[in-house]
Amino acid sequence: MASLKELRNRIASVKATQKITKAMQMVAAAKLKRAQEAAEAARPYAERMGTVLANIAGAVSGTDAPPLMAGTGKDDVHLLVVATAERGLCGGFNSQIAKKAREHIRALLRDGKTVKVLCVGKKGYDILRRDHGDLIIDRVDLREVKKIGFENAHEIARQVIGLFEKGEFDICTLFYSEFQSVMSQVPTAQQIIPAAVPTGEAGEGSDAVYEYEPDAPSILADLIPRNISVQIFRALLENAAGEMGAKMTAMDSATRNAGEMIDKLSITYNRQRQAQITKELIEIISGAEAL
Amino acid sequence: MAEAFKFDLVSPERLLVSQDVESVVIPGTEGELTVMATHAPTMTSIKPGVVTVSADGKTERYVVFGGFADILPDSCTVLAESAVHVDDINREDLARRIQDAREDIEDAKDHESRMRAEEFLHQLTTLEGAILPA
Repeated sequence: MASLKELRNRIASVKATQKITKAMQMVAAAKLKRAQEAAEAARPYAERMGTVLANIAGAVSGTDAPPLMAGTGKDDVHLLVVATAERGLCGGFNSQIAKKAREHIRALLRDGKTVKVLCVGKKGYDILRRDHGDLIIDRVDLREVKKIGFENAHEIARQVIGLFEKGEFDICTLFYSEFQSVMSQVPTAQQIIPAAVPTGEAGEGSDAVYEYEPDAPSILADLIPRNISVQIFRALLENAAGEMGAKMTAMDSATRNAGEMIDKLSITYNRQRQAQITKELIEIISGAEAL
Repeated sequence: MAEAFKFDLVSPERLLVSQDVESVVIPGTEGELTVMATHAPTMTSIKPGVVTVSADGKTERYVVFGGFADILPDSCTVLAESAVHVDDINREDLARRIQDAREDIEDAKDHESRMRAEEFLHQLTTLEGAILPA
C-alpha cells in the first residue's frame, strides 16, 4: 500500500496532467473552428473547378487529352502521397491513415507493382518508416506552417507533377482523412493522376458552345495541374480539421479519465488517512487501558 | 443602367465576391475583355492583372495572379489562383513574387520555359507599375 505522501504526490501529478489535457482540448476546439472555416471557404473554388473541368473535358477529345488526364497507359509504378498530421496526441487519427496506406502498399506489392511513397507530415513518416522505409522517396515537412495556404499544396503538387513528367510513376493516389464530424474522420484514398474527371455536374451550362481563349487543349493543360493542387489543398484542409477534431475528442476523454483517476485516488487517500487515525487512537486507548 | 448578371470571384482560400454586377473587366491572356450581361459563353485563362468590378455605380478593383474565367450569358466566374482587393495588396508579397519569377527564369532549362517565365515576370512588373502609386 502506498504511503499517504506518495498518494498526495500522485494526486497532484494527475491534477497537473488534467490541467494540460484540458487546455489542449480548448486549444484544439478553437483551432478546429478555424480549420473548419478554412475548409468551408475553400469549397466554392473546388466545386467551380469541378464544373469547369467537366465542361472543358467534354470539349477536348480523347486523343488530345494531356497525359496528366489520360495517364501513361500503364499501372506498374504507384506513387502514394500520404498526408498526416505533424503532431500526435490526437487519438487514432494518424495511425488510421497510415494503416489504410499500409494496406494499400501491401496489396500493390503482392501484385508485383513498384510502390513509391511521399509523406506529407511527420507522423505518417514515423509510422510508415518502420515497415516500408525503403519505399519512401521524400517527405514534406509542414511543421513550420501555422496556417495551411494554397501555396503549400501547390508546392506538393509541383513536386508530384515533376515526378510524373520524369516518368517516375504511372498512378498517383492521395491518402488523407475526410472530416465528417468532430467525432469521426474517415481515412480516404483518392486517385489524382490520371485525374478522374468529375461527371454528372456537366449538365449545367455544358450545352453552351464555348469560345476558348487561347484554345481548349492549352486551357486544359493548365487546368489539370491546378486541379491537382486543389485536390491536395482540400486534402490538407480536411486533414487539419480532422486532426483538431480527433485531438479534441482524445483530450476530452483524457481529461475525463484524469478526473476519474483523481476521484479514485482521493477515496483511497481519505480511507488510508482514516485508517491511520483509527490506528493511532487504538494505540492511545489501549496504552491508557494498560495503565 | 446596364443589365445585371451574377459574378463570382473565388480563390482557393476563399470566396471574395459573389454579387450581381453590371460589368467586369478581366485581364485575359489574349488581352483585356469587358464582360457584360448576355456575353457569349467563353472560357479564358487570365494573366496577372486587375479585375475591375462595376456594380451600382461603384467600382471595386481586385488584383489576381493568374487563373481562369468561365463566362456564360447570365453569369461569370473567375477562378483566380490568388486574389486580393487592391487596398489589401501587400508590397512585400508582390516583390517576393517578382523575385520568384526572376529565379524561375534563371532556373529555366529550355527555351520555351524561359520564354514563359520571362513573360510572367513582365506581366508582374506591369502589374506592379499599374497598382502601386509611384
